Amino acid sequence: MRSGNFESRGDYKAAKYGMWFFLYTELLFFGGMFLLYSIYRSRYAPAFHMAAAEENVVLGSINTVVLLTSSLAIAISITAVRRGKVMLSTFLQGLTVLMGIAFLVVKYFEWSSKIVKGIYPNSPVLLKMSPGEILFFGLYYVMTGIHGLHVLIGVVVISFMIYFTATGNITQNNFSKLENTGLYWHFVDIVWIYLFPLFYLIT
Amino acid sequence: MEHIQREKEVPVIGYGTFVAVWVALLILLAVTIAVARIHLTRFSVLINLLIASVKAGLVVTFFMHLKYEGRLLKGLLLLAIATLTAIIALTFSDVWYR
Repeated sequence: MRSGNFESRGDYKAAKYGMWFFLYTELLFFGGMFLLYSIYRSRYAPAFHMAAAEENVVLGSINTVVLLTSSLAIAISITAVRRGKVMLSTFLQGLTVLMGIAFLVVKYFEWSSKIVKGIYPNSPVLLKMSPGEILFFGLYYVMTGIHGLHVLIGVVVISFMIYFTATGNITQNNFSKLENTGLYWHFVDIVWIYLFPLFYLIT
Repeated sequence: MEHIQREKEVPVIGYGTFVAVWVALLILLAVTIAVARIHLTRFSVLINLLIASVKAGLVVTFFMHLKYEGRLLKGLLLLAIATLTAIIALTFSDVWYR
């Protein structure tokens, strides 16, 4: 068994840098999609504004609050584990997972309300719309879809962190895994910070 | 020689700081929704992107504790952002002056 003072033998700094480097590549990955969005938006501005009226600002705002709060929870959970408050840390990580799931549930309702109206990639309803609207909804599904996938991955990874924290693998002096998971989660939060105004607030 | 950094040598950020950042993020969210509501036409998008960047900055600085990291990580983040900006600027110059 490992004691509470167990120190990691791994290189903490290298692990952290590795995570940051991965996030730089993620930045450019999402950046490509934001580039596509801005080009088409500058070309089809009126259509983008019209199509964005389809978005539910209330649900989008709720999801933003949920993600921002989940980021707070996982940030505090790291400080908690560093202060030896294992129970509090596990609880906050659990809260983060629940909020991640809540985000996905809201997303599910948003997507299905559009799909019910016949708005989904290649649908007959969508193909009758103007090119700008087709592009808007195409980008909407791809960008929120890939972002949602990132949230789902985050939920799974954080669930593992809960297990590691509860079983004493993550401790006061060995929290590298949890910290790097937090970095990833905050990055996913940042992507949403940009997605929200671009898809919900441009009407 | 630089020694291997250990977890316990990294400064702990207090709960209060995180809560303060979270409150600031929620206020900025309210501002961004309000800006979209009052329809400043062409400026509202720009303002909303600026607000989003302030929010992202807060998350990176405190939640991701970049404030306490060395020059390498900060410099590389700038490099990544600069690369993205260059790609976007070059693409736009191509699209606009085609």
